[in-house]
Amino acid sequence: MSHTTLATVLFLLFVVGTLGITFWASRQNKTAADYYAGGRSFSAAQNGLAIGGDYMSAASFLGIAGLIALYGYDGFLYSIGFLVAWLVALLLVAELMRNSGKYTMADVLAFRMSPRPVRTAAGVSTIVVSIFYLLAQMVGAGALVGLLLGITSDSGKALTIVGVGILMIVYVVVGGMKGTTWVQIVKAVLLMSGATLVTLLVLGKYGFNLSGLMGEAAEKSGKAAAFLEPGLRYGTEAQGIWGKFDLISLGLALVLGTAGLPHILIRFYTVPTAKDARKSVLWGIGIIGTFYLLTLVLGFGAAAMVGSDAIRAENPAGNTAAPQLALAIGEAIFGEVGGTILLAVIAAVAFATILAVVAGLTLASSSSFAHDLYAHVFKRGNVSEKQEILVARISAFVIGAVAIGLGILAQAQNVAFLVALAFAIAASGNLPAILYSLFWKRFNTSGAVASIYGGLGSALILVIFSPVVSGRPTSLIKDVDFHWFPMENPGLFSIPIGFLCGYIATRMSKEFNESKYAEMEVRSLTGVGAEKASSH
Amino acid sequence: MTTQHHDSSVYEQIRATDRFQELRRRYRSWAFPMTVAFLVWYLLYVVLSAFARDFMAIKVLGNINIALIFGLLQFVSTFAISWAYARHSAAKLDPLADELRGEIEKVEK
Repeated sequence: MSHTTLATVLFLLFVVGTLGITFWASRQNKTAADYYAGGRSFSAAQNGLAIGGDYMSAASFLGIAGLIALYGYDGFLYSIGFLVAWLVALLLVAELMRNSGKYTMADVLAFRMSPRPVRTAAGVSTIVVSIFYLLAQMVGAGALVGLLLGITSDSGKALTIVGVGILMIVYVVVGGMKGTTWVQIVKAVLLMSGATLVTLLVLGKYGFNLSGLMGEAAEKSGKAAAFLEPGLRYGTEAQGIWGKFDLISLGLALVLGTAGLPHILIRFYTVPTAKDARKSVLWGIGIIGTFYLLTLVLGFGAAAMVGSDAIRAENPAGNTAAPQLALAIGEAIFGEVGGTILLAVIAAVAFATILAVVAGLTLASSSSFAHDLYAHVFKRGNVSEKQEILVARISAFVIGAVAIGLGILAQAQNVAFLVALAFAIAASGNLPAILYSLFWKRFNTSGAVASIYGGLGSALILVIFSPVVSGRPTSLIKDVDFHWFPMENPGLFSIPIGFLCGYIATRMSKEFNESKYAEMEVRSLTGVGAEKASSH
Repeated sequence: MTTQHHDSSVYEQIRATDRFQELRRRYRSWAFPMTVAFLVWYLLYVVLSAFARDFMAIKVLGNINIALIFGLLQFVSTFAISWAYARHSAAKLDPLADELRGEIEKVEK
């Protein structure tokens, strides 16, 4: 049996298992709280695993391992930013958000503001961030399938994207938050097990000597000691001073983006209390931190055992380094059959990873469309729970279809760029408004709207006029050059712009609601009046 | 809507109490300085990675250089701060928050 057959069988097992869970979950979905927030009845440990499942995307698993395998140390910079970012969520956002919100990010922002403009802005921003992130995962699925399942034609890749898209729509439309959370949990367990297994095998081969492994990786890379130091990929000396600022911009976007990602924020609503939200983030930090330590070994292992030439030959961006390492280490230890099996396992895990993340993103964006834009903005709150859920399901279907279409069109684009961009937009458009509304008494409607559109807009504009879009051989648009912004990541400018817009617009408006702020403060810190778990 | 909506003035009264002010102070005086601290510590790491590459390249043990140690220390500090926050909130925040919530909800009924 070839690895492609075995990988397909394993992946189908995952699909059948998770679909079973999804249909089981759908029978328990009765209320809006069930559909949007899984009845708020997941335990902290379950939600912690689901946080890991939502967060450890294709970019984290395949992308970072690939970056480390090709560029050495610089890939590790990503891991650190992605992990430290969780402290912002833990210390400042998770518990207060659980206590004051209901289903979406906008619930917190609109708490003491004029609801329609704020919900419109937050809904738009949620959907934009989620679609960028979604696009990255869909493109990743298309790029992988050729290498993992042996499908190389464009139509075959397009068909895979359609298949992934249909599955994610089914998870979300049928299972709601409850089904999607279980998919995340299963995926997180599989991903952690697979990554741990390969890591232990690699470390075992090098006698558990990390320095020895790194030495061989550096030697094999042809870059010698430079491979183990920052500077091969980001802010290289050739890029000059702007390259270095670009590295800082990336670092800033990563650390501040997480607490503004809508699909992560709604995870805090799936547990009964704020205390559980805190505990689930603690679980999440443990799982995610361990995972990034594993990817360090996977990346250096791939550099040492597969070599950058062989990785580049399969995928110039390095996205296949982890599966290739699985094949190499399996063959080295268990012979050819072992290599085939291990490759199939890791390939199936990679697909499960992508599928779970896209389901989480689709849920976040369709929830926001139904709850924020449809129910509160278009219908001004005059809508039954049943209608709202129906709209949520329809919009999951539409957003899924849009993601499929864009995923097919954008197949040639770079995955890591899209994810880093989603983080930069979340950090610029969402985080300032979230922090201001939780902690700044004076903050008001004008401030919220200005900080969201200001941060979101400046991030998008700077990217459009950056070398990512035009002016370089690697740009999206090849023939014309209209770039004037020197950096790839907009965060260094667009995040302060988001904060500044919020500050200035707040100061310019007289609106201020003392009693609503008192309510929000008491509620967010004590949990009085917070949404309860459903009792079935 | 399943949420109970309180008269807003009730919240203003609670917020004015010493115990609520104490809860707020305990939360903010821990979380805010710590946020500044870990962000500065992280940005120091990013800035050194961009501008102090000779320093980051110094080998400490075998192939283990300062860059790797600095990176791993970010993991250590993240885990340590998470653990410390869990302890702080269990000891200082939760009892007071539970107490206040219990009293307010009792008045409700």
